[in-house]
Amino acid sequence: MSIKVYVPRDSSALSLGAHDVAAAISAEAQARQQDIQLIRNGSRGMFWLEPMVEVETAQGRVAYGPVTPDDVASLFEADFLHGGKHPLSLGLTAEIAWLKKQERLTFARVGITDPVSLDDYIAHDGYRGLHNALKLSAAEIVKQVTDSGLRGRGGAAFPTGIKWNTVLNAPAEQKYIVCNADEGDSGTYSDRMIMEGDPYVLIEGMTIAGLAVGATQGYIYLRSEYPDALHILNEAIDHAYHAGYLGENILGSGHRFDLEVRRAAGAYVCGEETSLLESLEGKRGLVRFKPPLPAIEGLFGKPTVVNNVISLATVPIILDKGGEFYRDFGMGRSRGTLPIQLAGNLKQCGLVEKAFGITLRELLEDFGGGSASGKPIRAVQVGGPLGAYLPESQFDTPMDYEKFSEIWAVLGHGGVVAFDTSVDMAKMARYAFEFCAIESCGKCTPCRIGSTRGMEVMDKVMSGQNKDENIALVRDLSDTMLNGSLCALGGMTPFPVLSAINHFPEDFGLDKAQVAK
Amino acid sequence: MKKPINQYTDYGTPASSSTEQVTLEIDGTSISVPAGSSIMHAAVAAGVSVPKLCATDSLEPFGSCRLCLVEIEGRRGYPASCTTPVAEGLKVKTQTPKLADIRRGVMELYISDHPLDCLTCATNGDCELQDMAGAVGLREVRYGYDGENHLQSEKDTSNPYFQFDPSKCIVCSRCVRACEEVQGTFALTIQGRGFESKVASGVTDFMDSECVSCGACVQACPTATLIEKSVVQHGVPDYSITTTCAYCGVGCSFDAQMKGEQVVRMIPSKHGGANHGHSCVKGRFAWGYATHKDRITTPMIRKSIHDAWQQVSWDEAIAYAASEISRINQQYGKASIGGITSSRCTNEEVYVTQKLIRAVLGTNNVDTCARVCHSPTGYGLKQTLGESAGTQTFDSVMHSDVIFVIGANPTDGHPVFGSQMKRRLREGAKLIVADPRQIDLVQSPHIRSDYHLKLRPGTNVALISAISHVIVTEGLVKEDFVRERCEWDSFEMWRDFAAKPENSPEALSEELGVPAEDLRAAARLYATGGNAAIYYGLGVTEHSQGSTMVMGIANIAMATGNVGREGVGVNPLRGQNNVQGSCDMGSMPHEFTGYRHVSDDATRALFEAAWGRPLSADPGLRIPNMLDAAIEGKFKALYCIGEDIAQSDPNTQHVTHALESMECVIVQDLFLNETAKFAHVFFPGASFLEKSGTFTNAERRISPVRRVMTPKNGMEDWEITAKLSTALGYPMQYGHASDILDEIAALTPTFRGVSFKKLDELGSVQWPCDDEHPTGTPIMHIDEFVRGKGKFFITQYVPTTEKVNGRYPLLLTTGRILSQYNVGAQTRRTDNVAWHKEDVLEIHPHDAEDRGIQEGDWVGISSRAGETVMRALITERVQPGVVYTTFHHPESGANVITTENSDWATNCPEFKVTAVQVNKVSQISDWQRNFKRFTEQQVNFVEQASKPANVS
Ligand SMILES: Cc1cc2nc3c(=O)[nH]c(=O)nc-3n(C[C@H](O)[C@H](O)[C@H](O)COP(=O)(O)O)c2cc1C
Ligand code: SF4
Ligand code: SF4
Ligand code: SF4
Ligand code: SF4
Ligand code: FES
Repeated sequence: MSIKVYVPRDSSALSLGAHDVAAAISAEAQARQQDIQLIRNGSRGMFWLEPMVEVETAQGRVAYGPVTPDDVASLFEADFLHGGKHPLSLGLTAEIAWLKKQERLTFARVGITDPVSLDDYIAHDGYRGLHNALKLSAAEIVKQVTDSGLRGRGGAAFPTGIKWNTVLNAPAEQKYIVCNADEGDSGTYSDRMIMEGDPYVLIEGMTIAGLAVGATQGYIYLRSEYPDALHILNEAIDHAYHAGYLGENILGSGHRFDLEVRRAAGAYVCGEETSLLESLEGKRGLVRFKPPLPAIEGLFGKPTVVNNVISLATVPIILDKGGEFYRDFGMGRSRGTLPIQLAGNLKQCGLVEKAFGITLRELLEDFGGGSASGKPIRAVQVGGPLGAYLPESQFDTPMDYEKFSEIWAVLGHGGVVAFDTSVDMAKMARYAFEFCAIESCGKCTPCRIGSTRGMEVMDKVMSGQNKDENIALVRDLSDTMLNGSLCALGGMTPFPVLSAINHFPEDFGLDKAQVAK
Repeated sequence: MKKPINQYTDYGTPASSSTEQVTLEIDGTSISVPAGSSIMHAAVAAGVSVPKLCATDSLEPFGSCRLCLVEIEGRRGYPASCTTPVAEGLKVKTQTPKLADIRRGVMELYISDHPLDCLTCATNGDCELQDMAGAVGLREVRYGYDGENHLQSEKDTSNPYFQFDPSKCIVCSRCVRACEEVQGTFALTIQGRGFESKVASGVTDFMDSECVSCGACVQACPTATLIEKSVVQHGVPDYSITTTCAYCGVGCSFDAQMKGEQVVRMIPSKHGGANHGHSCVKGRFAWGYATHKDRITTPMIRKSIHDAWQQVSWDEAIAYAASEISRINQQYGKASIGGITSSRCTNEEVYVTQKLIRAVLGTNNVDTCARVCHSPTGYGLKQTLGESAGTQTFDSVMHSDVIFVIGANPTDGHPVFGSQMKRRLREGAKLIVADPRQIDLVQSPHIRSDYHLKLRPGTNVALISAISHVIVTEGLVKEDFVRERCEWDSFEMWRDFAAKPENSPEALSEELGVPAEDLRAAARLYATGGNAAIYYGLGVTEHSQGSTMVMGIANIAMATGNVGREGVGVNPLRGQNNVQGSCDMGSMPHEFTGYRHVSDDATRALFEAAWGRPLSADPGLRIPNMLDAAIEGKFKALYCIGEDIAQSDPNTQHVTHALESMECVIVQDLFLNETAKFAHVFFPGASFLEKSGTFTNAERRISPVRRVMTPKNGMEDWEITAKLSTALGYPMQYGHASDILDEIAALTPTFRGVSFKKLDELGSVQWPCDDEHPTGTPIMHIDEFVRGKGKFFITQYVPTTEKVNGRYPLLLTTGRILSQYNVGAQTRRTDNVAWHKEDVLEIHPHDAEDRGIQEGDWVGISSRAGETVMRALITERVQPGVVYTTFHHPESGANVITTENSDWATNCPEFKVTAVQVNKVSQISDWQRNFKRFTEQQVNFVEQASKPANVS
């Protein structure tokens, strides 16, 4: 029997040379007349070890990494095909502490299976959720999701079950499921990883969503910079159609669900759900006002579920194991697990799926291994470019929507970006305005003009002009943007700005004592 | 009726049509409003005004300025009142310290990118941005003015009527949305994102965009960014008087915004029953002709058309005219005298003119230009439904599921209604277009016709036969409706006729040039697609079988039950503003007001008693008869008001020959029009801005025309006619146009309840307006047809004798375009020429290639009637074998080519079909050369008249 060798096709691994490694392994195996089966799996999410090569052995999968093509000959020499020792040896994959400490529910298969193999998916508990769902009524499916306590992972943390229920109860001839795969937050990649590493789980989740609300058409609005995900998704969708998991009669149930991937317009704001819908309709990605909610008047004016990739990809396990099972993870009103994405100045960046409740410090130290530079970590931005900066004094806050909200911060899509002591928080505050100015759709006044004015006032602050007046102006402007903006882009830009001023006043030339806000 | 210029309350968002009421509390005041209203709308209704910039009640809410935020008890944050719907029991606060802070913060941002020249700005005092800065108490802009800004943006002055100054733009998108939602042209977009967002039109400027200059964006703009050049020139107007557009049959209401005697701008009235605040380029902007230098304001007389004119006083002119009429009356008899009114005259003018002819001269020789446009409508609808008028109100289209446009081009001919129709089509109504040409509706932004039946000119009746055939043979007749509402016998006859194999789509397909399956599908859609409405225009009436086609249309509407409620009906789109009114007013030789035949003794007795003169029971001469009689030497004197038969009637050379044969031609007009060049007496007329009266539009809506400035010619037109009558020995004593309307109301049952007072109260009213319907009748034939039971008529297709042959192998059809109006006497004297400098001949690329014609070449167009020359425009809008032109410029001589063929029932000319040949030529035609020479001579005669030395 041929030996299974795994080399990830995840784009983070590819950017580190995984293709060359895979080619080198093939060539070497051929030269040595070794019978191997090369499988291009997803990534396990330990980026500092990528490209991480795994070999299936009697004891389980053994890992080596990070592997370069130059290492390939020596790996063969060391008989890595049978788990032989090598300087790059990582031991049994399942025993790697980073992975062992996680609770991988949504990411259960990522890195393990061949992403485009439907058989592999099914062999690893895939489509069990759908089979269960087909036995339930629409309302019962929605109830499972509601019971699970799942909240939207795209940022707003809105209970998914309640959203679905609204769509279920909205009478219409046509309804839609739209997957928000525009993943624009800096330092986030969980959506991409799951789409590249386990596309069927998303397809299954969307199919179940369709059954749950009575929608027959789904769209995946995919970030334009994700070409690999595009190919993998399309291939998986093809297979699913052929095997009857998609199409007009899903598994002979009489239910229809069609699915299509659409490439996004390439603007951050198009990740905002209403702007996304405009863009899907072929218009400029301009934010719509709410109400009407997309659940009532969404795509082409029809009731529409818009959910993040992770929200939808979590649905199969909920339907497989039950809402209760999922709900048992987590703390407070934050149930289940969150795929957290470590990035920035850390030794070990990558994907950590953990039940809610783990503290930021545990993440930074136990998983991240501290700063990459060796200097102390001074600030962490959680929840993407619109998330607050947290100082060291807040690192013990557990990952929990409400606990974060209490300290005027957000979890967002689960991105965690660390900065060491070399960071200039005034620059970061200016950058927040700049990001907003670049990404603003321009519809509403506070964001359209405010973001640019914010940059200008920050420049004045940084060059020491009328500091007190200008800081007061930044605060007033932040207040106007926070309360007046139409969507969270303008409305949350004050989070990074004000948290930077409040927690790091010294970077703005202010007295700590002065900042009593 | 002077009103302040800001006379209307802006509710911020459109009214909700829900019947369910919701009660909420706003700033402590309880208010009930229809469900679906916005909080902003409710607040305004409760007398609370919420600051706003991006909202205005002609547009759907947008939610971008963020000034209108409010607090709602129990809800988080600060929702925008324009986008948040009301809900039962809400407690809303519109003024709190926090809201004041947010609003001031937003305003501070706005002003940080706005020029500080309010005092010298053209809209100073009429600017919403300025008002809001005051309302929110903005006192300083702490950002300074050295940041990034748009203050150096370049002005776009390309449009002749309005300018665009982006340095003042607040990017509220009201203009963009107005162009989309109200006008439906989609000429504007917001380009760029974030701070770079800006309004963009076309590639370089407005004139090179899709813009049709309707003015909706200008009106929607809350700042001076988009502003009428006339306001820049004259300043913000002082007061406003509501009047009615004098151009097309839509009959839009306008507020003439004035500064003293100066019209500063015309703003479409928000409460206009036909236009609801919308306009087209003509009514909105093209009124400058009233003060054009070509206008003649002093009466003139002359013995012969080869003499120079003599300027005289009004008394002299009237005495001279009266003496000539008397002389001719004595010499040739009363039958040799007649009058022609125009669809551009007010109802009152038409009424006094026909009264003069009938009562004073004792003949019925009076006709109107509706003869050449919609006379078949009057005839056909009277025969079938019982009333010579369209069945619906314009707003009815908003309830239509299927819209069937036949031989009409609403976006050009009836632009404001065209926009309303487009709005309904964007909402999802289906569209069938029957037209030889690809009119804009066939394919325009967000609209595409479901079927375009591109029939050959002249085959309308075959089309209606084919459609009727499908309806009766595929079981699509609404039999219960027909049984209850129509004459069953006539239905059976029609059914059996329509069912004949020779009327099947398959049999007629070749004649029509339309695939049989399209005909079948369109018929099915019309008959079964829900509320189906037919809109038709001159493409139906101006044919040898015009009346037959009108009846055919009424047949299918009755057979499918599409009459008598909202969303359906038979809707003639009238060309000129008062086509309906002038016909109503007894301007036709066989009818008194209200379509009562002159031979009807009771009616005649009524008028004889009222007018105190014996009246003739014999119908008088129609326009073509008058012209023929003139050539025969039997018709000698013509009083022609506001009509230019020498340009608008077919076979121009025949018309001018007739005019030359008359001894006294009296023309009453603003300009020396083509007919006036053959006149002996010229009575200068008053423009619509200088007189009072009423116009009746295509939906039977009577709207007031109000005098906003003193007549430059010294008199309103009805006064001239009254004076002439008095001089002829029949004193007409009216103090004001309203007295005439009162007389009309007293003598006409369908007008019984109409008066100036009522129009002041209601704005406008749709006849019948009587004791039973004191506020008018938007939809007719609801429970019963006016004639009792609807009557079907057999509509046998008879091909026109105007056929292509070896000599004249192409079919010419005519029409009009948006920016010009009819003979163009007015619009050619405005900046509208920027869009249409000359008439051109549209020709299909194949036909052009066959003849070696290139775009822009001079081409000769000849028919058996005559020849003229125009430039060629090569386009696939026309089908091979068909050429098309407009008739807005006299020198193009479009009607030199058209023939005297006409409708069998009403003599309406067959303008839409002329067999012609087209050839490449190098110079203008003989006719055009003569025309030029003659025009120069006549203009000279007028110039000589204005030289004091010549006045003796
Ligand atoms: C500026 C902006 C960008 C956003 N980008 C994304 C995104 O890239 N992906 C995403 O899932 N949600 C994004 N969101 C959140 C979406 O609006 C929406 O809440 C989400 O798609 C709902 O799905 P969920 O309930 O599953 O989280 C964004 C929101 C804002 C305001
Ligand atoms: S906050 Fe910014 S991105 Fe959001 S609607 Fe306003 S301008 Fe657009
Ligand atoms: S004038 Fe009318 S057509 Fe032109 S841009 Fe404005 S709204 Fe559009
Ligand atoms: S031109 Fe006027 S209406 Fe258009 S966006 Fe600018 S300010 Fe608003
Ligand atoms: S020409 Fe017709 S559509 Fe245009 S403003 Fe006048 S009445 Fe209205
Ligand atoms: S008026 Fe409501 S947001 Fe502008």
